Amino acid sequence: MTVLFYASAAVATVGSLLAVTRTKALHALIYLILALFAVALCFLSLGAPFVAALEVIVYAGAIMVLILFVIMMLNLGPESWARERRLLPRHAWLVPTIMAGALVGLTLVAILGAPQQATQAASVGPKAVGVALFSTYLIGVELASVLLLVGLVGAYYLGAKK
Amino acid sequence: MSGPLEVLVRMVLTLALAMASAAMLVWVERRLLAAFQDRYGPNRVGPFGLFQLVADSIKLFTKEDWIPPFADRVPFILAPTIIVATGLLSFAVVPFTAAGALVDLNIGVLYFLALSSVSVYSIMLAGMASNSKYSLLGAVRAAGQMISYELAMGLSVASVVAMAGSFNLREIVAAQEGLPYVVLQPIAFLIFLIAGLAESKRSPFDLPEAENEIVAGYHTEYSSMKFAFFFLGEYLALVLFSSIATALFLGGGNGPWLPTIVWFGVKMAAIIYVFIWVRATFPRVRYDRLMAFGWKILVPAAILNLLVTGALVVAGSAGG
Repeated sequence: MTVLFYASAAVATVGSLLAVTRTKALHALIYLILALFAVALCFLSLGAPFVAALEVIVYAGAIMVLILFVIMMLNLGPESWARERRLLPRHAWLVPTIMAGALVGLTLVAILGAPQQATQAASVGPKAVGVALFSTYLIGVELASVLLLVGLVGAYYLGAKK
Repeated sequence: MSGPLEVLVRMVLTLALAMASAAMLVWVERRLLAAFQDRYGPNRVGPFGLFQLVADSIKLFTKEDWIPPFADRVPFILAPTIIVATGLLSFAVVPFTAAGALVDLNIGVLYFLALSSVSVYSIMLAGMASNSKYSLLGAVRAAGQMISYELAMGLSVASVVAMAGSFNLREIVAAQEGLPYVVLQPIAFLIFLIAGLAESKRSPFDLPEAENEIVAGYHTEYSSMKFAFFFLGEYLALVLFSSIATALFLGGGNGPWLPTIVWFGVKMAAIIYVFIWVRATFPRVRYDRLMAFGWKILVPAAILNLLVTGALVVAGSAGG
């Protein structure tokens, strides 16, 4: 399971990096989906199969599909790829990359310096997650539902014929 | 569950069974459609035209595997593999035999839903990577339709999950020992079947490949084995939906006298028969009506059904 975790974490990292650097929106999105799958595998290897399934259903299966839908509607051609390439010259990404790299290094030092804990945890079933959501985290769930309701009403207002 | 060899054998058997039934269905569907329409159908090659399938596959194998120069190569090749891979992977949780499914996953239902939502990518990538307007139109239609009906399907499944108190397909089947859920959840069953039709893009919801409007929709630019993969993927989806519907609503392999797998097969065949019957009976719906039906009728009906089911389940567990 530890091997699975590190392997999928590596895939997630590489996938996310490629998602940022690709100039074709479609390719970037495929890498992002790949990264989301890898994150789902991370959850699975940490003993959270329910969250892993939800990650795939909600993020990879619904949100990314909608983004793909938008990309499809825009139907971006070669001129947009060229524009994307111009937006990312070397001087634009070099300094942020060095700074982000320093941050990653510091984080690694902090993590490796801290007392080690086993990544292996007991598997948590769907029932336990549901119970936790509707008892300990009830306010969070309700707030999220209010937020979604606001989004829904907003979308209805924008979409309604005037 | 013993040794890796047994697991391997069961894996191969499950996959072979799924592939074989999907391939057989092509012939079954053509013959049945012909019968419904008072024709003979393919009856020339071999007994009852059974070898038509072999002839068709040889034709597909030997065709030129063509990638259009204007296509986006990698996604173009990736697309047909996704639909077959997600279809085949889903069979891991279907409890065909008395021993249960290949993997006794306690989130089996979610696994199926996750893979079915991932299979949308196949169609969308195909449509986009082909770089042709008919493909794109087909993919836009397919994506809109599949996202909309996935919701209704998930909600209809949720009421079964609420009743059984488990996401595990084996436990859901076990919970239907006395009475299959089709009796207790007729509305959910109907919604699941309709959403299944729309998800597998079958008539009357076959707008993504409406041949008289947009050539062949998202797979217009595909030929040879890549086209065969889409074809196979659609029939796999049909087999998969009927098997999941059997497990969720018809009590899986439960039944008197006959062994589990036979009962499972009989129930699956009945559902597939209904799917083909529907194709022979109903004309294609208009796209705006398809969307309106999905969002304004199916989803509210599924939510109401889930609400009532949830209330009854809570009342039942509080009383008992």
